[in-house]
Amino acid sequence: MSELAATPTLSKVRGARLGRWLVPALLLWIVAYVFLERLSTWLTHDLLRLSPATHLGSAVAFFIYEAPKVLLLLTLVVFGVGVVRSFFTPERTRAILAGKAESVGNVLAAALGIVTPFCSCSAVPLFIGFLTAGIPLGVTLSFLISAPMVNEIALALLFGLFGWKVAALYLGTGLTVAIVAGWVIGRLKLERHVEPWVYQMQTGPPNLLLPSLTWEGRLRAGLDAVRDIVGKVWPYVLAGIAVGAGIHGWVPENFMASIMGKGVWWSVPLAVIIGVPMYSNAAGIIPIVHALLEKGAALGTVLAFMMAVIALSLPETIILRKVLRPVLLAVFLGVVTVGIILVGYLFNWLI
Amino acid sequence: MKRIEVLGPGCSNCKVLYERTQRAAKELGLECEIEKITDLNVIMGYRVMSTPGLVVDGELKFSGRVPSVEQLKELLS
Repeated sequence: MSELAATPTLSKVRGARLGRWLVPALLLWIVAYVFLERLSTWLTHDLLRLSPATHLGSAVAFFIYEAPKVLLLLTLVVFGVGVVRSFFTPERTRAILAGKAESVGNVLAAALGIVTPFCSCSAVPLFIGFLTAGIPLGVTLSFLISAPMVNEIALALLFGLFGWKVAALYLGTGLTVAIVAGWVIGRLKLERHVEPWVYQMQTGPPNLLLPSLTWEGRLRAGLDAVRDIVGKVWPYVLAGIAVGAGIHGWVPENFMASIMGKGVWWSVPLAVIIGVPMYSNAAGIIPIVHALLEKGAALGTVLAFMMAVIALSLPETIILRKVLRPVLLAVFLGVVTVGIILVGYLFNWLI
Repeated sequence: MKRIEVLGPGCSNCKVLYERTQRAAKELGLECEIEKITDLNVIMGYRVMSTPGLVVDGELKFSGRVPSVEQLKELLS
């Protein structure tokens, strides 16, 4: 496995060296974040003269506080993950996973799913690439489950809005669902339900194109990620926060407890089944999750709902149908759905 | 005359790469033929695992990213 140590033409930076800006930028970020609460309270109560006791005042305060906070967090995390991802490529992940035994492979695949750059339209080429390199079906699916679901946006926002414990819980259970679901499907020996043409694609030495990036190049990759991801996602974030603000200001306390609360045993499966066909990026849905939780929805139900929305979706199912025959596709969806439901129950029981 | 192929099954990233490549070539005044390839067989033929990808005169230049017009100009010149 040789890497082309070509000159990093794609990472040339004109002008100021980025590294110099890193520390000042981080300090500025910290200052902005710390002063946010005071600033938003001042804006709502003193400047706009809205009392927190009113619906509108409550909603506006929520929005003014949450919007910049979430966007700041998002920017930081997307940048950080962008830098981390510059160390990984699907080709490298494939090289790492090839030849590993199944259980170890499942764990590695799920973990690598978090850091390997992945766009859902690449699902098919990636699937083919993994299988033709000899990576078992179950391991490949562990990767394909973890990659969209355990993403940095979700973790960043969960951390920012609910603290590190909830974020860690999401990370842990997300990985577990990916590992176990992949392992279970591997045990079921469903290889003959993969579309046959997949195995017929030519194998060959992988194209390891990543030029050795300098740190300059990696920081630039982080900035590019911020520009691309935050640039694309911020309207959804604001929309999500606006909906959350509305729920916060107007929906009565404990309203959600009746349908999404702990006492209702069918709330978890219902939430998951509603979530599965829906598709949203993590950024848009988390502020809504926040507001739901405030109004009495149980944490397990809400996290399960979120996982169901992000991990499985109609567009992704359509894409996967190209490589998975109906039986395997159904098993895939079924196993992941059941896994998420179990996770939901587990949380409701534990917390 | 360069032959440029933009590899991608049709998601938004692939379209963006195609447009940026066209702009880069135009700004460079490059003589070239730019083609969008959506056929999976061809894409896999270049052993690309992460779309979109760019092939110039049969050689794969990169995959899995959407560089800026500036970065593309550097690459194509």
